[in-house]
Amino acid sequence: MTITEKILAGHIVKSGGKKKKVSPGELINAKIDFVLANDITAPIAISEFKKIGARDVFDRKRVTFVPDHFAPQKDIKAAEQCRMLKDFSRDYRLAYYYEVGRMGVEHALLPEEGLVLPGDVIIGADSHTCTYGALGAFATGVGSTDVASAMATGELWFKVPESMKFIYHGRKLQKWVGGKDLILHTIGDIGVDGALYRAMEFEGEAISALPMHARLTMCNMAIEAGGKSGIIVPDGVTEKYVKGRAKRGYKFYMSDPKAVYAEIREYDARKIPLTVACPSLPSNTKPAAELSSISIDQVVVGSCTNGRLEDLREAAKIIKGRKVNPNVRMLVIPATQRIYREAMKEGLLDLFVAAEAVVSTPTCGPCLGGHMGILARGERALATTNRNFVGRMGHPESEVYLSGPAVAAASAVLGRIGVPEELGL
Amino acid sequence: MTIKGRVWKFGDDIDTDAIIPARYLNTSDPVELAKHVMEDADKAFPSKVKKGDVIVGGKNFGCGSSREHAPIAIKAAGVQTVVAKSFARIFFRNAFNIGLPIFECPELPENVSEGEVIQIDPAKGVIRTKKGEFKVKPIPPFMAELIGAGGLVEWTKKKLSARKKAGK
Repeated sequence: MTITEKILAGHIVKSGGKKKKVSPGELINAKIDFVLANDITAPIAISEFKKIGARDVFDRKRVTFVPDHFAPQKDIKAAEQCRMLKDFSRDYRLAYYYEVGRMGVEHALLPEEGLVLPGDVIIGADSHTCTYGALGAFATGVGSTDVASAMATGELWFKVPESMKFIYHGRKLQKWVGGKDLILHTIGDIGVDGALYRAMEFEGEAISALPMHARLTMCNMAIEAGGKSGIIVPDGVTEKYVKGRAKRGYKFYMSDPKAVYAEIREYDARKIPLTVACPSLPSNTKPAAELSSISIDQVVVGSCTNGRLEDLREAAKIIKGRKVNPNVRMLVIPATQRIYREAMKEGLLDLFVAAEAVVSTPTCGPCLGGHMGILARGERALATTNRNFVGRMGHPESEVYLSGPAVAAASAVLGRIGVPEELGL
Repeated sequence: MTIKGRVWKFGDDIDTDAIIPARYLNTSDPVELAKHVMEDADKAFPSKVKKGDVIVGGKNFGCGSSREHAPIAIKAAGVQTVVAKSFARIFFRNAFNIGLPIFECPELPENVSEGEVIQIDPAKGVIRTKKGEFKVKPIPPFMAELIGAGGLVEWTKKKLSARKKAGK
Protein backbone atom coordinates (compact mmCIF):
# COMPACT_ATOMS: atom_id res chain seq x y z
CA MET A 1 0.00 0.00 0.00
CA THR A 2 0.98 3.65 -0.41
CA ILE A 3 1.39 5.89 2.64
CA THR A 4 -2.05 7.37 1.92
CA GLU A 5 -3.70 3.94 1.79
CA LYS A 6 -1.92 2.87 4.99
CA ILE A 7 -3.03 5.94 6.92
CA LEU A 8 -6.62 5.49 5.77
CA ALA A 9 -6.53 1.75 6.56
CA GLY A 10 -5.26 2.62 10.03
CA HIS A 11 -8.23 4.94 10.60
CA ILE A 12 -11.02 2.83 9.19
CA VAL A 13 -14.12 2.51 11.35
CA LYS A 14 -15.44 -1.00 11.22
CA SER A 15 -17.26 -3.06 13.75
CA GLY A 16 -15.45 -6.30 14.55
CA GLY A 17 -11.83 -5.26 14.53
CA LYS A 18 -9.53 -3.22 12.36
CA LYS A 19 -9.40 -3.71 8.67
CA LYS A 20 -5.85 -4.05 7.45
CA LYS A 21 -6.04 -3.17 3.78
CA VAL A 22 -7.79 -0.64 1.58
CA SER A 23 -7.74 -0.17 -2.20
CA PRO A 24 -8.26 2.90 -4.38
CA GLY A 25 -11.91 3.51 -5.21
CA GLU A 26 -13.13 1.85 -2.03
CA LEU A 27 -15.53 3.87 0.10
CA ILE A 28 -14.60 3.93 3.76
CA ASN A 29 -15.70 5.57 6.97
CA ALA A 30 -12.61 6.93 8.71
CA LYS A 31 -11.84 8.20 12.18
CA ILE A 32 -10.83 11.86 12.10
CA ASP A 33 -7.90 13.14 14.16
CA PHE A 34 -8.45 16.85 13.61
CA VAL A 35 -11.16 19.13 12.20
CA LEU A 36 -10.78 22.80 11.31
CA ALA A 37 -12.72 25.63 9.72
CA ASN A 38 -12.22 29.36 9.29
CA ASP A 39 -14.32 32.51 9.53
CA ILE A 40 -15.80 31.95 6.05
CA THR A 41 -16.61 28.27 6.34
CA ALA A 42 -17.22 27.77 10.08
CA PRO A 43 -20.48 29.79 10.22
CA ILE A 44 -22.18 27.30 7.89
CA ALA A 45 -20.55 24.37 9.71
CA ILE A 46 -21.87 25.70 13.01
CA SER A 47 -25.44 26.11 11.74
CA GLU A 48 -25.38 22.62 10.18
CA PHE A 49 -23.88 21.17 13.37
CA LYS A 50 -26.77 22.66 15.31
CA LYS A 51 -29.26 21.17 12.84
CA ILE A 52 -27.73 17.74 13.44
CA GLY A 53 -28.61 18.23 17.09
CA ALA A 54 -25.47 16.72 18.60
CA ARG A 55 -24.99 17.70 22.22
CA ASP A 56 -21.27 18.10 21.99
CA VAL A 57 -18.36 17.94 19.58
CA PHE A 58 -16.68 14.54 19.41
CA ASP A 59 -13.49 15.80 21.10
CA ARG A 60 -12.87 19.34 22.31
CA LYS A 61 -9.14 19.05 21.64
CA ARG A 62 -9.64 18.02 18.03
CA VAL A 63 -11.88 20.75 16.65
CA THR A 64 -10.68 24.29 16.09
CA PHE A 65 -11.81 27.43 14.30
CA VAL A 66 -9.33 30.01 13.05
CA PRO A 67 -10.56 33.49 12.10
CA ASP A 68 -8.03 34.36 9.41
CA HIS A 69 -9.69 35.15 6.08
CA PHE A 70 -11.43 38.43 6.86
CA ALA A 71 -9.65 38.99 10.19
CA PRO A 72 -8.79 41.39 11.71
CA GLN A 73 -12.52 41.87 11.14
CA LYS A 74 -12.77 43.92 7.97
CA ASP A 75 -16.42 44.99 8.21
CA ILE A 76 -19.55 44.41 10.26
CA LYS A 77 -20.64 41.28 8.39
CA ALA A 78 -17.16 39.75 8.73
CA ALA A 79 -17.14 40.65 12.41
CA GLU A 80 -20.47 38.87 12.88
CA GLN A 81 -19.03 35.76 11.26
CA CYS A 82 -15.88 35.84 13.40
CA ARG A 83 -18.04 36.26 16.47
CA MET A 84 -19.88 33.03 15.68
CA LEU A 85 -16.54 31.20 15.91
CA LYS A 86 -15.70 32.80 19.21
CA ASP A 87 -19.13 32.13 20.72
CA PHE A 88 -19.17 28.52 19.60
CA SER A 89 -15.64 27.92 20.88
CA ARG A 90 -16.66 29.28 24.27
CA ASP A 91 -20.08 27.57 24.45
CA TYR A 92 -18.68 24.17 23.51
CA ARG A 93 -15.48 24.74 25.52
CA LEU A 94 -13.15 23.99 22.62
CA ALA A 95 -9.57 23.58 23.84
CA TYR A 96 -8.06 25.83 21.18
CA TYR A 97 -9.37 29.09 19.86
CA TYR A 98 -7.23 31.74 18.22
CA GLU A 99 -8.39 35.31 18.60
CA VAL A 100 -6.69 38.07 16.61
CA GLY A 101 -3.33 38.63 18.27
CA ARG A 102 -2.85 34.89 18.73
CA MET A 103 -4.06 33.65 15.40
CA GLY A 104 -2.33 33.14 12.10
CA VAL A 105 -3.15 31.87 8.65
CA GLU A 106 -4.62 28.49 9.58
CA HIS A 107 -2.31 26.26 7.53
CA ALA A 108 0.78 27.99 8.88
CA LEU A 109 -0.59 28.13 12.41
CA LEU A 110 -1.75 24.55 13.05
CA PRO A 111 1.52 22.79 12.11
CA GLU A 112 3.44 25.42 14.11
CA GLU A 113 1.22 24.74 17.12
CA GLY A 114 1.74 20.97 16.82
CA LEU A 115 -2.00 20.35 16.42
CA VAL A 116 -1.73 18.49 13.11
CA LEU A 117 0.71 15.60 13.09
CA PRO A 118 2.27 12.77 11.08
CA GLY A 119 -0.06 9.83 10.50
CA ASP A 120 -3.20 11.90 11.14
CA VAL A 121 -6.39 12.00 9.10
CA ILE A 122 -7.27 15.72 9.01
CA ILE A 123 -10.19 17.48 7.39
CA GLY A 124 -10.67 21.20 7.06
CA ALA A 125 -13.31 23.39 5.51
CA ASP A 126 -10.63 25.04 3.46
CA SER A 127 -9.19 23.63 0.27
CA HIS A 128 -5.59 24.22 1.34
CA THR A 129 -5.95 21.76 4.22
CA CYS A 130 -3.84 19.51 1.98
CA THR A 131 -0.82 21.50 3.29
CA TYR A 132 -0.41 19.12 6.26
CA GLY A 133 0.53 16.25 3.94
CA ALA A 134 4.04 17.69 4.26
CA LEU A 135 4.10 16.15 7.76
CA GLY A 136 3.14 12.72 6.47
CA ALA A 137 -0.56 13.08 7.25
CA PHE A 138 -3.64 12.48 5.11
CA ALA A 139 -5.19 15.93 4.99
CA THR A 140 -7.91 17.11 2.68
CA GLY A 141 -10.27 20.02 2.15
CA VAL A 142 -14.00 19.46 2.46
CA GLY A 143 -17.10 21.63 2.74
CA SER A 144 -18.77 23.04 5.82
CA THR A 145 -21.44 20.33 6.08
CA ASP A 146 -18.76 17.63 6.01
CA VAL A 147 -17.05 19.47 8.86
CA ALA A 148 -20.33 19.65 10.78
CA SER A 149 -20.84 15.90 10.40
CA ALA A 150 -17.27 15.15 11.53
CA MET A 151 -17.57 17.56 14.48
CA ALA A 152 -20.57 15.55 15.65
CA THR A 153 -19.32 12.04 14.97
CA GLY A 154 -15.52 12.14 14.77
CA GLU A 155 -15.82 10.29 11.50
CA LEU A 156 -16.22 11.00 7.81
CA TRP A 157 -16.64 9.01 4.62
CA PHE A 158 -13.89 9.01 1.98
CA LYS A 159 -13.27 7.37 -1.32
CA VAL A 160 -9.74 5.96 -1.07
CA PRO A 161 -7.84 7.94 -3.72
CA GLU A 162 -5.49 6.56 -6.29
CA SER A 163 -1.96 7.77 -5.66
CA MET A 164 0.21 9.53 -8.19
CA LYS A 165 3.95 9.67 -7.56
CA PHE A 166 6.19 12.63 -8.43
CA ILE A 167 9.93 11.98 -8.26
CA TYR A 168 12.34 14.92 -8.22
CA HIS A 169 15.88 13.83 -9.02
CA GLY A 170 18.98 15.73 -8.02
CA ARG A 171 19.74 17.26 -4.65
CA LYS A 172 20.90 20.68 -5.69
CA LEU A 173 18.35 23.18 -6.96
CA GLN A 174 19.27 26.27 -8.96
CA LYS A 175 19.97 29.42 -6.99
CA TRP A 176 16.81 30.90 -5.37
CA VAL A 177 14.68 28.00 -6.62
CA GLY A 178 12.47 26.52 -3.90
CA GLY A 179 9.36 24.50 -3.13
CA LYS A 180 7.11 26.99 -4.91
CA ASP A 181 9.00 26.61 -8.17
CA LEU A 182 8.91 22.81 -7.95
CA ILE A 183 5.16 22.74 -7.40
CA LEU A 184 4.34 25.42 -10.00
CA HIS A 185 6.48 23.55 -12.52
CA THR A 186 4.60 20.34 -11.68
CA ILE A 187 1.15 21.95 -11.98
CA GLY A 188 2.28 23.50 -15.27
CA ASP A 189 3.19 20.00 -16.43
CA ILE A 190 0.02 18.13 -15.42
CA GLY A 191 -2.62 20.90 -15.46
CA VAL A 192 -5.22 22.10 -12.96
CA ASP A 193 -7.04 18.77 -13.10
CA GLY A 194 -3.94 16.65 -13.69
CA ALA A 195 -4.27 14.97 -10.30
CA LEU A 196 -8.07 15.15 -9.96
CA TYR A 197 -9.29 12.99 -7.04
CA ARG A 198 -5.77 11.63 -6.54
CA ALA A 199 -3.21 11.75 -3.72
CA MET A 200 -0.01 13.41 -4.94
CA GLU A 201 3.02 11.79 -3.33
CA PHE A 202 6.25 13.78 -3.64
CA GLU A 203 9.61 12.05 -3.31
CA GLY A 204 13.18 11.92 -4.59
CA GLU A 205 16.55 13.36 -3.62
CA ALA A 206 15.35 16.94 -4.00
CA ILE A 207 12.42 16.33 -1.64
CA SER A 208 14.63 14.61 0.96
CA ALA A 209 16.86 17.68 0.90
CA LEU A 210 13.90 20.07 1.11
CA PRO A 211 13.33 21.86 4.43
CA MET A 212 9.89 21.65 6.07
CA HIS A 213 8.67 25.11 5.04
CA ALA A 214 9.24 24.23 1.37
CA ARG A 215 7.50 20.87 1.79
CA LEU A 216 4.50 22.68 3.26
CA THR A 217 4.51 25.01 0.22
CA MET A 218 4.46 22.05 -2.16
CA CYS A 219 1.69 20.10 -0.44
CA ASN A 220 -0.31 23.33 -0.03
CA MET A 221 -0.75 23.56 -3.79
CA ALA A 222 -1.75 19.92 -4.46
CA ILE A 223 -5.34 21.19 -4.72
CA GLU A 224 -4.31 23.47 -7.59
CA ALA A 225 -3.70 20.32 -9.63
CA GLY A 226 -7.08 18.96 -8.52
CA GLY A 227 -5.42 16.66 -5.96
CA LYS A 228 -7.36 15.29 -3.01
CA SER A 229 -4.18 15.51 -0.98
CA GLY A 230 -0.44 15.99 -1.23
CA ILE A 231 1.90 13.91 0.89
CA ILE A 232 5.57 13.39 1.68
CA VAL A 233 6.77 10.29 3.54
CA PRO A 234 8.06 11.53 6.91
CA ASP A 235 11.78 11.45 7.66
CA GLY A 236 14.41 13.14 9.85
CA VAL A 237 13.30 16.59 8.69
CA THR A 238 9.75 15.77 9.79
CA GLU A 239 10.88 14.40 13.15
CA LYS A 240 12.94 17.50 13.82
CA TYR A 241 10.01 19.77 12.98
CA VAL A 242 7.42 17.90 15.01
CA LYS A 243 9.54 17.21 18.07
CA GLY A 244 8.84 19.64 20.86
CA ARG A 245 5.65 20.95 19.19
CA ALA A 246 3.42 17.88 19.07
CA LYS A 247 0.44 18.21 21.39
CA ARG A 248 -0.32 14.46 21.15
CA GLY A 249 1.21 11.22 19.85
CA TYR A 250 1.98 10.70 16.20
CA LYS A 251 2.96 7.94 13.85
CA PHE A 252 5.20 7.69 10.81
CA TYR A 253 3.80 5.72 7.88
CA MET A 254 5.82 4.77 4.77
CA SER A 255 4.85 3.61 1.31
CA ASP A 256 5.66 -0.02 0.52
CA PRO A 257 8.28 -0.57 -2.18
CA LYS A 258 5.62 -2.50 -4.10
CA ALA A 259 2.88 0.09 -3.62
CA VAL A 260 0.78 0.69 -6.75
CA TYR A 261 0.60 4.16 -8.33
CA ALA A 262 -1.86 5.30 -10.99
CA GLU A 263 0.94 7.27 -12.58
CA ILE A 264 4.59 8.16 -11.91
CA ARG A 265 6.15 11.38 -13.20
CA GLU A 266 9.83 12.21 -12.90
CA TYR A 267 11.63 15.54 -13.02
CA ASP A 268 15.25 16.63 -12.99
CA ALA A 269 14.97 19.15 -10.15
CA ARG A 270 18.31 20.69 -11.08
CA LYS A 271 16.78 21.93 -14.32
CA ILE A 272 13.64 23.50 -12.84
CA PRO A 273 13.93 27.30 -13.20
CA LEU A 274 12.41 30.10 -11.13
CA THR A 275 8.80 29.75 -12.22
CA VAL A 276 5.79 32.05 -12.45
CA ALA A 277 2.14 31.11 -13.05
CA CYS A 278 0.48 33.63 -15.36
CA PRO A 279 -3.22 34.58 -15.28
CA SER A 280 -5.68 32.98 -14.82
CA LEU A 281 -4.76 29.42 -13.86
CA PRO A 282 -1.94 28.10 -11.64
CA SER A 283 -1.03 25.76 -14.51
CA ASN A 284 -0.24 28.61 -16.89
CA THR A 285 3.46 28.59 -15.98
CA LYS A 286 6.52 30.16 -17.58
CA PRO A 287 10.14 30.61 -16.48
CA ALA A 288 10.27 33.91 -14.54
CA ALA A 289 13.17 35.13 -16.69
CA GLU A 290 10.91 35.14 -19.76
CA LEU A 291 8.40 37.58 -18.26
CA SER A 292 10.53 40.70 -17.92
CA SER A 293 8.11 42.78 -19.98
CA ILE A 294 5.30 42.38 -17.43
CA SER A 295 4.97 45.51 -15.28
CA ILE A 296 3.32 45.18 -11.86
CA ASP A 297 1.38 47.37 -9.43
CA GLN A 298 1.45 45.22 -6.32
CA VAL A 299 3.57 42.50 -4.73
CA VAL A 300 2.32 40.28 -1.91
CA VAL A 301 4.64 38.11 0.15
CA GLY A 302 2.62 35.98 2.52
CA SER A 303 -0.24 33.39 2.71
CA CYS A 304 -0.48 29.74 3.74
CA THR A 305 1.73 28.98 0.74
CA ASN A 306 4.68 31.30 1.36
CA GLY A 307 4.22 33.34 4.53
CA ARG A 308 6.63 31.41 6.75
CA LEU A 309 9.76 32.77 8.38
CA GLU A 310 12.09 31.27 5.77
CA ASP A 311 10.01 32.89 3.01
CA LEU A 312 10.35 36.28 4.69
CA ARG A 313 14.09 35.74 5.10
CA GLU A 314 14.41 34.96 1.41
CA ALA A 315 12.52 38.11 0.41
CA ALA A 316 14.49 40.18 2.94
CA LYS A 317 17.82 39.06 1.46
CA ILE A 318 16.77 40.66 -1.80
CA ILE A 319 15.10 43.74 -0.34
CA LYS A 320 17.99 44.56 1.99
CA GLY A 321 19.49 47.92 1.09
CA ARG A 322 17.09 48.44 -1.82
CA LYS A 323 13.82 50.28 -2.32
CA VAL A 324 10.50 49.04 -3.61
CA ASN A 325 9.94 50.51 -7.08
CA PRO A 326 7.93 53.77 -6.93
CA ASN A 327 5.18 52.23 -9.11
CA VAL A 328 4.70 49.28 -6.82
CA ARG A 329 3.11 48.71 -3.43
CA MET A 330 4.61 45.76 -1.61
CA LEU A 331 2.80 43.97 1.19
CA VAL A 332 4.56 41.56 3.50
CA ILE A 333 2.26 39.42 5.62
CA PRO A 334 3.91 37.13 8.18
CA ALA A 335 1.57 34.13 8.38
CA THR A 336 1.43 33.82 12.19
CA GLN A 337 2.12 35.92 15.26
CA ARG A 338 5.12 33.76 16.06
CA ILE A 339 6.57 34.31 12.59
CA TYR A 340 5.84 38.03 12.95
CA ARG A 341 7.73 38.19 16.20
CA GLU A 342 10.68 36.14 14.95
CA ALA A 343 10.89 38.31 11.84
CA MET A 344 10.86 41.37 14.07
CA LYS A 345 13.66 39.99 16.26
CA GLU A 346 15.74 39.15 13.21
CA GLY A 347 15.29 42.67 11.90
CA LEU A 348 13.48 41.50 8.76
CA LEU A 349 10.44 43.70 9.32
CA ASP A 350 12.66 46.73 9.64
CA LEU A 351 14.33 45.88 6.33
CA PHE A 352 10.94 45.71 4.62
CA VAL A 353 9.69 48.96 6.09
CA ALA A 354 12.99 50.69 5.28
CA ALA A 355 12.53 49.53 1.69
CA GLU A 356 9.07 51.17 1.78
CA ALA A 357 7.08 47.96 1.87
CA VAL A 358 4.08 47.52 4.17
CA VAL A 359 4.10 44.91 6.91
CA SER A 360 0.67 43.56 7.86
CA THR A 361 -0.65 41.59 10.78
CA PRO A 362 -1.29 37.92 9.89
CA THR A 363 -4.32 37.47 7.60
CA CYS A 364 -5.31 35.70 4.39
CA GLY A 365 -6.39 39.20 3.33
CA PRO A 366 -5.51 39.93 -0.28
CA CYS A 367 -4.90 36.30 -1.29
CA LEU A 368 -8.62 35.79 -1.82
CA GLY A 369 -9.45 39.41 -2.54
CA GLY A 370 -10.74 39.86 0.98
CA HIS A 371 -9.05 43.01 2.24
CA MET A 372 -5.59 44.55 2.86
CA GLY A 373 -4.38 44.98 -0.71
CA ILE A 374 -7.17 44.69 -3.28
CA LEU A 375 -6.54 45.33 -6.97
CA ALA A 376 -8.29 47.98 -9.07
CA ARG A 377 -9.51 47.36 -12.60
CA GLY A 378 -6.51 46.73 -14.84
CA GLU A 379 -4.02 46.39 -12.00
CA ARG A 380 -1.55 43.54 -11.89
CA ALA A 381 -0.05 41.75 -8.90
CA LEU A 382 2.73 39.28 -8.38
CA ALA A 383 2.01 37.25 -5.27
CA THR A 384 3.50 34.33 -3.38
CA THR A 385 -0.07 33.05 -2.88
CA ASN A 386 -1.67 30.02 -4.50
CA ARG A 387 -4.43 31.11 -6.90
CA ASN A 388 -4.58 33.48 -9.84
CA PHE A 389 -8.15 32.93 -11.00
CA VAL A 390 -10.10 35.81 -12.58
CA GLY A 391 -10.89 38.39 -9.89
CA ARG A 392 -9.06 36.47 -7.18
CA MET A 393 -7.36 39.54 -5.68
CA GLY A 394 -9.91 42.17 -6.59
CA HIS A 395 -11.52 43.55 -9.72
CA PRO A 396 -12.45 40.89 -12.29
CA GLU A 397 -10.29 42.78 -14.79
CA SER A 398 -7.20 42.74 -12.57
CA GLU A 399 -4.51 40.09 -12.93
CA VAL A 400 -2.51 37.89 -10.56
CA TYR A 401 0.81 36.20 -11.26
CA LEU A 402 2.18 33.64 -8.78
CA SER A 403 5.80 33.06 -7.75
CA GLY A 404 8.07 32.23 -4.83
CA PRO A 405 9.38 34.93 -2.45
CA ALA A 406 12.69 35.56 -4.29
CA VAL A 407 11.04 36.46 -7.60
CA ALA A 408 8.35 38.46 -5.77
CA ALA A 409 10.92 40.56 -3.90
CA ALA A 410 13.15 41.10 -6.95
CA SER A 411 10.09 42.13 -8.97
CA ALA A 412 9.00 44.59 -6.28
CA VAL A 413 12.35 46.34 -6.68
CA LEU A 414 12.33 46.18 -10.48
CA GLY A 415 8.71 47.28 -10.91
CA ARG A 416 8.20 44.39 -13.31
CA ILE A 417 8.54 40.63 -13.17
CA GLY A 418 12.21 39.79 -12.83
CA VAL A 419 14.75 37.48 -11.20
CA PRO A 420 17.30 38.18 -8.42
CA GLU A 421 20.13 37.80 -10.94
CA GLU A 422 19.10 41.13 -12.50
CA LEU A 423 19.96 42.77 -9.18
CA GLY A 424 23.34 41.09 -9.12
CA LEU A 425 22.17 38.46 -6.63
CA MET B 1 -38.92 12.41 -11.95
CA THR B 2 -37.41 14.22 -14.88
CA ILE B 3 -35.60 17.52 -14.69
CA LYS B 4 -36.45 19.91 -17.48
CA GLY B 5 -34.67 23.23 -17.87
CA ARG B 6 -33.13 25.91 -20.01
CA VAL B 7 -29.35 25.67 -20.48
CA TRP B 8 -26.66 28.22 -19.59
CA LYS B 9 -23.27 27.12 -20.93
CA PHE B 10 -19.89 27.70 -19.32
CA GLY B 11 -16.39 26.50 -20.25
CA ASP B 12 -13.70 24.37 -18.59
CA ASP B 13 -12.20 24.92 -15.12
CA ILE B 14 -14.97 27.18 -13.79
CA ASP B 15 -13.54 27.94 -10.35
CA THR B 16 -15.36 28.74 -7.14
CA ASP B 17 -14.14 32.36 -7.29
CA ALA B 18 -16.06 32.68 -10.57
CA ILE B 19 -19.12 30.93 -9.08
CA ILE B 20 -19.19 33.15 -5.99
CA PRO B 21 -16.35 35.68 -5.60
CA ALA B 22 -14.72 35.74 -2.15
CA ARG B 23 -15.52 39.44 -1.80
CA TYR B 24 -19.12 38.41 -1.07
CA LEU B 25 -18.27 35.76 1.49
CA ASN B 26 -18.70 37.95 4.53
CA THR B 27 -22.17 36.41 4.60
CA SER B 28 -23.52 32.90 4.16
CA ASP B 29 -27.10 34.03 3.49
CA PRO B 30 -28.21 32.06 0.39
CA VAL B 31 -30.36 34.95 -0.93
CA GLU B 32 -27.42 37.38 -0.77
CA LEU B 33 -25.06 34.85 -2.36
CA ALA B 34 -27.51 34.16 -5.21
CA LYS B 35 -27.36 37.84 -6.21
CA HIS B 36 -23.74 37.31 -7.28
CA VAL B 37 -23.84 33.77 -8.65
CA MET B 38 -21.40 33.16 -11.56
CA GLU B 39 -20.72 36.90 -11.62
CA ASP B 40 -17.02 36.71 -12.43
CA ALA B 41 -17.69 34.27 -15.28
CA ASP B 42 -20.65 36.28 -16.67
CA LYS B 43 -21.49 39.58 -15.02
CA ALA B 44 -25.10 39.56 -16.26
CA PHE B 45 -25.80 36.00 -15.13
CA PRO B 46 -27.52 36.82 -11.82
CA SER B 47 -30.09 38.96 -13.68
CA LYS B 48 -30.55 36.49 -16.54
CA VAL B 49 -30.92 33.23 -14.63
CA LYS B 50 -34.45 32.01 -13.96
CA LYS B 51 -35.84 29.43 -11.58
CA GLY B 52 -35.57 25.98 -13.09
CA ASP B 53 -32.59 26.73 -15.35
CA VAL B 54 -29.70 24.32 -15.80
CA ILE B 55 -25.95 25.07 -15.84
CA VAL B 56 -23.77 23.09 -18.25
CA GLY B 57 -20.03 23.22 -17.63
CA GLY B 58 -16.90 21.72 -19.15
CA LYS B 59 -14.21 19.79 -17.29
CA ASN B 60 -13.19 20.38 -13.65
CA PHE B 61 -16.28 22.45 -12.76
CA GLY B 62 -16.05 23.98 -9.27
CA CYS B 63 -12.28 23.82 -8.90
CA GLY B 64 -10.53 25.94 -6.30
CA SER B 65 -11.75 26.65 -2.83
CA SER B 66 -13.84 24.46 -0.54
CA ARG B 67 -16.54 27.09 -0.08
CA GLU B 68 -19.94 25.47 0.22
CA HIS B 69 -21.24 28.92 -0.71
CA ALA B 70 -20.65 27.91 -4.36
CA PRO B 71 -23.32 25.20 -4.66
CA ILE B 72 -25.48 27.15 -2.18
CA ALA B 73 -25.42 30.24 -4.46
CA ILE B 74 -26.27 28.12 -7.50
CA LYS B 75 -29.15 26.39 -5.71
CA ALA B 76 -30.48 29.62 -4.20
CA ALA B 77 -30.51 31.24 -7.66
CA GLY B 78 -33.07 28.61 -8.63
CA VAL B 79 -30.74 26.54 -10.81
CA GLN B 80 -32.05 22.97 -10.73
CA THR B 81 -28.88 21.14 -11.57
CA VAL B 82 -25.36 21.39 -12.96
CA VAL B 83 -24.19 19.01 -15.66
CA ALA B 84 -20.47 19.02 -16.47
CA LYS B 85 -17.82 16.93 -18.19
CA SER B 86 -16.24 16.48 -14.76
CA PHE B 87 -16.34 18.11 -11.32
CA ALA B 88 -13.61 19.13 -8.89
CA ARG B 89 -13.94 16.82 -5.91
CA ILE B 90 -14.81 19.21 -3.09
CA PHE B 91 -17.55 20.83 -5.19
CA PHE B 92 -18.87 17.35 -5.98
CA ARG B 93 -19.09 16.46 -2.26
CA ASN B 94 -20.58 19.80 -1.31
CA ALA B 95 -23.30 19.68 -3.96
CA PHE B 96 -24.55 16.30 -2.71
CA ASN B 97 -24.22 17.34 0.93
CA ILE B 98 -26.48 20.37 0.45
CA GLY B 99 -28.93 18.64 -1.89
CA LEU B 100 -28.03 20.14 -5.28
CA PRO B 101 -28.23 17.30 -7.78
CA ILE B 102 -25.35 17.28 -10.27
CA PHE B 103 -24.52 15.01 -13.18
CA GLU B 104 -21.35 14.10 -15.06
CA CYS B 105 -21.84 13.80 -18.80
CA PRO B 106 -18.65 14.22 -20.86
CA GLU B 107 -20.55 14.39 -24.17
CA LEU B 108 -23.18 16.97 -23.26
CA PRO B 109 -21.35 20.32 -23.69
CA GLU B 110 -20.62 19.59 -27.37
CA ASN B 111 -24.19 18.50 -28.00
CA VAL B 112 -26.24 21.27 -26.49
CA SER B 113 -26.68 24.96 -27.25
CA GLU B 114 -27.20 27.85 -24.89
CA GLY B 115 -30.87 28.53 -24.26
CA GLU B 116 -31.96 25.06 -25.34
CA VAL B 117 -34.35 23.18 -23.06
CA ILE B 118 -33.01 19.77 -22.07
CA GLN B 119 -34.52 16.87 -20.16
CA ILE B 120 -32.65 14.82 -17.61
CA ASP B 121 -33.98 11.46 -16.52
CA PRO B 122 -31.96 10.54 -13.41
CA ALA B 123 -33.58 7.11 -13.06
CA LYS B 124 -32.61 6.09 -16.58
CA GLY B 125 -29.33 8.05 -16.44
CA VAL B 126 -29.91 9.92 -19.69
CA ILE B 127 -30.08 13.50 -20.91
CA ARG B 128 -32.15 14.39 -23.97
CA THR B 129 -31.16 17.32 -26.18
CA LYS B 130 -32.07 18.30 -29.76
CA LYS B 131 -29.07 16.27 -30.88
CA GLY B 132 -30.10 13.05 -29.17
CA GLU B 133 -29.76 11.10 -25.96
CA PHE B 134 -26.61 11.11 -23.84
CA LYS B 135 -25.67 8.89 -20.93
CA VAL B 136 -24.76 10.38 -17.56
CA LYS B 137 -22.31 8.68 -15.25
CA PRO B 138 -24.21 6.75 -12.57
CA ILE B 139 -24.36 8.37 -9.12
CA PRO B 140 -22.12 6.44 -6.69
CA PRO B 141 -24.27 4.25 -4.37
CA PHE B 142 -23.24 6.13 -1.22
CA MET B 143 -24.19 9.47 -2.77
CA ALA B 144 -27.57 7.96 -3.67
CA GLU B 145 -27.92 6.92 0.00
CA LEU B 146 -27.14 10.51 1.06
CA ILE B 147 -29.78 11.89 -1.28
CA GLY B 148 -32.24 9.27 -0.05
CA ALA B 149 -31.59 10.34 3.55
CA GLY B 150 -32.18 13.98 2.60
CA GLY B 151 -28.57 15.17 2.68
CA LEU B 152 -25.60 14.71 5.00
CA VAL B 153 -27.19 16.45 7.99
CA GLU B 154 -30.14 14.03 8.02
CA TRP B 155 -27.81 11.10 7.38
CA THR B 156 -25.62 12.13 10.33
CA LYS B 157 -28.67 12.48 12.58
CA LYS B 158 -29.62 8.88 11.80
CA LYS B 159 -26.09 7.73 12.48
CA LEU B 160 -26.00 9.46 15.85
CA SER B 161 -29.33 7.99 16.92
CA ALA B 162 -28.19 4.52 15.84
CA ARG B 163 -25.08 5.03 17.96
CA LYS B 164 -27.18 6.05 20.93
CA LYS B 165 -29.31 2.92 20.55
CA ALA B 166 -26.21 0.75 20.43
CA GLY B 167 -25.28 2.32 23.75
CA LYS B 168 -22.04 3.95 22.64
